[in-house]
Formats: sequence, C-alpha cells, structure tokens
Amino acid sequence: MTPIEEVMHTSEKHPLEIRNGGRIDRPEEEEKTLKHRFMAIGAALAVVLGACTSANQSASTAPGASQPVTSQPAGSAPAASAAGETVNLSIESWRNDDLSIWQDQIIPAFEKAHANIKVTFNPTAPADYNGVLNTKLEGGSAGDLITCRPFDASLALFQKGYLASVNDLPGLKNFGDVAKSAWITDDGKDVFCVPMASVIHGFIYNKDVFDKLGITSTPTTLAEFHALLDKIKAAGVTPLDMGTKDMWESATMGFQNIGPDYWQGEDGRKALIAGTAKFTDQPYIDTWKELASWAPYLPKDYAGIAYPDAQQYFESGKAAIYPAGTWDISTFEAAGLKNIGFFGPPAIKAGDQCYISDHTDIALGMNAKTKNPEAAKAFLDWVAGDEFAALYSNALPGFYSLSNSTITLTDPVAQQALDLRKTCKSTIRNSYQILSRGTPNLENELWRVTAAVINGKLTPAAAAKEIQDGLDKWYKPAG
Amino acid sequence: MATIDRAATRRRRIPWSLLVFLGPAVLIYSAFMVFPLFDSLRLSLFAPGGSGLGVFVGLQNYVTLLTDPLWSPRFWGALGNNLVFFTIHMLVQNPIGLLLAVLLTTRVLRGRAAYRALIFAPTVLSVVIVGFIWKLILSPLWGVASGALDSIGIGQLYGPWLGLQGPAIIVVSLMSVWQYVGIPMLLFSAALLSIPDEVIEAARVDGAGPFRIFSRIQLPLIAPTVGIVAVLTFVGNFNAFDLVYSVQGGMAGPEFSTDLMGTLFYRTFFGFQLQLGNPTMGATVAGAMFVIILFGVCLYLFGLQRRLQTYEA
Repeated sequence: MTPIEEVMHTSEKHPLEIRNGGRIDRPEEEEKTLKHRFMAIGAALAVVLGACTSANQSASTAPGASQPVTSQPAGSAPAASAAGETVNLSIESWRNDDLSIWQDQIIPAFEKAHANIKVTFNPTAPADYNGVLNTKLEGGSAGDLITCRPFDASLALFQKGYLASVNDLPGLKNFGDVAKSAWITDDGKDVFCVPMASVIHGFIYNKDVFDKLGITSTPTTLAEFHALLDKIKAAGVTPLDMGTKDMWESATMGFQNIGPDYWQGEDGRKALIAGTAKFTDQPYIDTWKELASWAPYLPKDYAGIAYPDAQQYFESGKAAIYPAGTWDISTFEAAGLKNIGFFGPPAIKAGDQCYISDHTDIALGMNAKTKNPEAAKAFLDWVAGDEFAALYSNALPGFYSLSNSTITLTDPVAQQALDLRKTCKSTIRNSYQILSRGTPNLENELWRVTAAVINGKLTPAAAAKEIQDGLDKWYKPAG
Repeated sequence: MATIDRAATRRRRIPWSLLVFLGPAVLIYSAFMVFPLFDSLRLSLFAPGGSGLGVFVGLQNYVTLLTDPLWSPRFWGALGNNLVFFTIHMLVQNPIGLLLAVLLTTRVLRGRAAYRALIFAPTVLSVVIVGFIWKLILSPLWGVASGALDSIGIGQLYGPWLGLQGPAIIVVSLMSVWQYVGIPMLLFSAALLSIPDEVIEAARVDGAGPFRIFSRIQLPLIAPTVGIVAVLTFVGNFNAFDLVYSVQGGMAGPEFSTDLMGTLFYRTFFGFQLQLGNPTMGATVAGAMFVIILFGVCLYLFGLQRRLQTYEA
C-alpha cells in the first residue's frame, strides 16, 4: 500500500461526496492540513532517527575512524594527474562491519603504491549480499572487484561468466591447495578468487567474570565444560550467551563449532559427501544432544534473543562464555571489552585429537565485465601478497590470512585462536561444499533444525531425520 | 455522394483528445505494470536448463508448488500464515480504525487533528524502523515490554514472543496493525465527514442516541468505504513481505511460523544465504500470489461492490 496516495485517491472518488456536491470542500480541506501535519511529524521523526543512527555508527566505528571517508595519501594527487587518468575500482562486499578498516587502512596502503588507482569499498548487508550481487551482476551494475563467498555461490558466478579466472595472477603461488579449495572449479583447473581469510570457531570468555568467580583455567573436555557452566550458573551469572531467534548462530556457532570433534573433522565431512556417512549417524545426533543440553545455561527467554542482542549482552559483562566465531573478537574489542580470552571446542574425552572449524570464509575475485581489468588485477595481486596478509590479519583480529606467509598478530585473543591450528586439525563447515547445491538447502535447514533443537521443539533424532531426508531428496553421492 | 462523404468523415474522425489524455497513462502502465506481470507469468511456465529462459514445462511448476512434499508445506504454510495475518488485520485493524474515525469525527472531542496526526504517524515511517523499534521493545534482554507488563502486575504473561512458534505471527500481525491503523481511520473519517449533518441532526431530533445513529445512519452510509478498506487490506496483506523480513529475517522463523507469501517469494526468487535464487519457481510463487489476490479482488468487485452501487443509486 502506498498510504497517502490511496487515501487521496479513494476519498476523491467517494460517491457520497459527488452526490452531496456542496460538502466536498470540508474533507479535502481537512486532508490538506492533515497531510501537512503528517509531513511535519514524519520529517521530525526522520531527523531524530537519523541522528540516532549516525550517533550509533560513529560510536561503533570508533577505532581509527577519525580519517575522512575519501582519505588518500597526501603525495598521490600530483602523481595521479601526471599519469593522466585516475582509474576507479569499486569492491562489492558483505563485510559492512569492516568499512572503516578498508577505508582507513587497507585501501590507503594500496593507493600509496598505486597512485592512479582509486578504490571504493561498497558493502551490502550480509544476509542480502548474495541476492543483491546476483541481481547487480545480471544487470551489469556490479563493482570491479567481487568479494567471494566460499564454494558454490562463487562457483556459480564463475560458471555464468561473471567472475574472471585468476590463474595467471603471480601472487596465487602464495596459497596452498586447502586455501584455494573453496574457490576452484570441481576439476581443479580454474581458480577464480584470491583467498583472503578464514575464521575459527570456539568460545570467547570474559576474563573479568572468570576472575570474579575464581576460575583459573579454561575447560579442555566436555565434562570440565559442563562443570564450569554449572559453577557459573550457581554464581548467578549467565554461563552461555547465545540466542536462537536468528537461527544461524545455533547452526554456525553451535553445530559447526563443537561438531567437528564428534565427526572427526575432514574425515566426517568427506564421508558425508561420499555418502558413506549420514546425518542420522551417532556423531551428528550426539552433537545435537550436546546442543540441546545448552538450553538451561543460555540467557532467559533465549528464543527471542537475536545475534546483536547476544553480542551486546556479552559486552555488558552479564554473561561468562560466548560461543563464537573469531570475527566476534574485533566486534567485542571495538566495543571496549578488552579483557577476554579464547578457548577451542572442548574434547569429548581427555586425550582425543581436537578438531577446529577453520572455515575458508572470504576471498576476492574480479568481475569479468570490469572496465578496468589491469587495475583490478593489480589490486588482486596486491591482495595475494605479504603486505595485505599482515595488514588484514592485524586490522581484523579474528580473520586469518590463508596465505603461506607467516604472520604474527598483535592481538593476543586472535593469536590464542590462531594457536589452535598448531594442535588441532582444521576442517570447514560440512554444509558448504557440494551439499548445499540442492533444494532444500542443507545450510539453511541446519539453521532451522538446530535452533528448533535448542528451543526444545525438535528432538536430536527428529532433527537428524529431517536433515537426512531433505538431503536424500536431491543428493546422490558419486559412485 | 453526400452520404458517402459524411460516412467517410465520420470514419476519419479519430478522438484525438481521448488518445492524448489516456495515452501516457496507458503506455506507462503497460510498460511498467502489465508487461512485467505477464512476462513474470510466462517465466513461471519454464524450468531452468537449456539455453536462455530454460525449458517450457507448462503448469508443472504450479503442480510442484502445490503437491511436492518439499514445496507444498512451505506454500500452504505461507498461505495459512497469510490468512492469519489478514484475519488479524480485519478483526483488529479495521474495527479500531472505524472506532477511531467515529471518535475523531465527533464534535465534542478536543484536539482531534492532533490525535489523527499522531495515530497516522507510524504509517509514514519506514517498515525497517517500525520493525527495529518493535524488536527493541520486545527484546527479552532490554525491551521495555516485560517491565511494562510487570508494572501493571501481569509480568508473567511476557514471553520471547518473536522466537515462539505460536505467538510470533500474531505479534508480527499486531505490529503491522499498529503501523497501518491510520489508513482505515483516515478513509473512514473522510466517509463519515461526507455524511450530511442534516441527516444526523434529523435522527437526533427523532430521538436517536449515538449508537443508534452510528448503526442506522453512519454505518450504512459508509458501507462502500468498509468494502474498499477490506479489499485494500486484503491486497496489502497478501503482498506483505517487508515487516516479516525486517523483524524475523528471510527464513521467517522460528520454523517458518511467520512465513508469508511475500517472504516465500523472496527466498525462492532471490535465494537466501547459501540457497541460490530460482527465478522460475519464484515466478511461480508470484503467479500464485497474483491468482490469490485476483480471486479476492474479483470476489469484492463482482460480489460486493455491484450490490453496494445499486444500493447507492
């Protein structure tokens, strides 16, 4: 409905008004003054709300946000005019949280070395990104550089000819096969995105709360984990901070976080793809059982708590442990929560090999229809290099470069999570490669059923059956 | 000779003024509404594959949507939720709109214009803002809802409604009612104001009280507006998408309990998260929405409006 138009339209045509010609004036007069008042009120509200959001933004982008948006190194202006023409590149991304980091740190560092290339970072809201990007690419209005989701979403873009191959990029030699695995064709011939970073799952804990309760060590086994949760709960603090309203936290920070220990990382993940394992097998049911047992430790009314709510609850210091992806580290530190630590998913029993979800999350590719392929390639090659790896990993604590260059992190919490790579075997989320190609979509279904399991609306066995039935509808394992 | 000439001139006389006046609207409407609508319906008859649009499959997509064990629970679920959404609007929004309109057109109330402006204000707000405000109000962690209920002694009634399967759709519907109640109010006000004062004064002289005046004089005279409001509500509700998307996200959780036809269409056509968009099935959902809305509007046009017009004449 377009409110005001409908109102004007129908009231003008009203039969009674025409019949009683002399009375037409009154309602219209009234409406005119009304309309003016509505507009005034609307404008006032818009101003107030606008002020609120801009205040929010400036607060949340506090570190390093002092530079203006179009910051360019001082020396570059004459160089650009000497080169004759400035090339503009625009980056499509879903990382709207990182806007200030790209604008203030990454892009200026690139522009310092490439004076005639101007880069703009142009993010979309994460949940809308894939749809918006597809529409933009089809309409020919997408940016020159495309931030790549892992696996099929980007593979489909490459197959449709929207992403260019980056095989001939010299910088690609800095990446191992695992790093490239998320952005390579099934036959392994074409790489179409330069890997940027992975994220690691685990638990972030509030050291202040731990100190206050006299907790000195982080749990290494499930038994220790539950004993710890009980102890925190008895002290009147919320032990685990997660909501199920947005659903994806349940699947991503719950299921994919602790699950690899149950299904033994890559072995279990590849067995699902090969068809030799099913979601109805014990490891998966046990994972959901463990998640269902989290319910009493979650905040009251967790079914109505969304992801940002849970983040702010943890920031307020009311919860002890936050099931996390490492991307949360920078969010919490930016909010002023400095005294935090990180521990990996606890082992099922002492001495087990530990597995972590070290998920290939983000890469950068080139729009095949870009008007500035040379400039775009120059940027991609720089992204593949050591300078970017160090810059990015440090600017975004919690996103770990997939490049082979050794990086040391200044952020201790991010380093704690990175250290898990030394002892634990890495795997990626089991729903991402191949298994989310059909309908119903495995990843989206995992969100739904895992949230329902934690809400107590679905038993682990029923969840397993729904997932496997959905997968069986379309997925036929090769061989 | 003369008769032939006259016939020729009559034939040659093209009603230019008519064409000039109608032309732009017809052109713009056809280009931006009629053509896309029919093209979308055409798209729903294809399946992906082959080259270009895909393979022509006739009505197969509609059969899939209505009967496939994968699609039909989503479709019927969305349709059911949409009916709940519509029913709540009809039972809550429109009666309250009518009540407000009656109150705000009586002479005795002071500050009528201010009330009207305030009640209409949410309608001009962006849905995203409305959704955001209500999410904050209802948030279990810092929403004012549980505190407000506590302060009047019914705190135990509070629940994390947006995350509960039963209440979620009702709460979302009531948010929408809160936002749009100004529209029926305004339409009813305009209709009530156009009732001649003499009629009401005559009734009063004859001894009719306010309730009798309302039920015997005002309500029958604004009956056409009641019909218009009902059909506008119907069309608006079955096209609704934005509020659910901003409050509950594209998955319309929990367990698809707030899924409307609009959100089902969005997920299907544009995809969501790892699920890629499926334009042909999306067009099929859009086609189903079109048929449902067309059916409702036809019911109104041929069933109700004709009767009202004869009554009017």
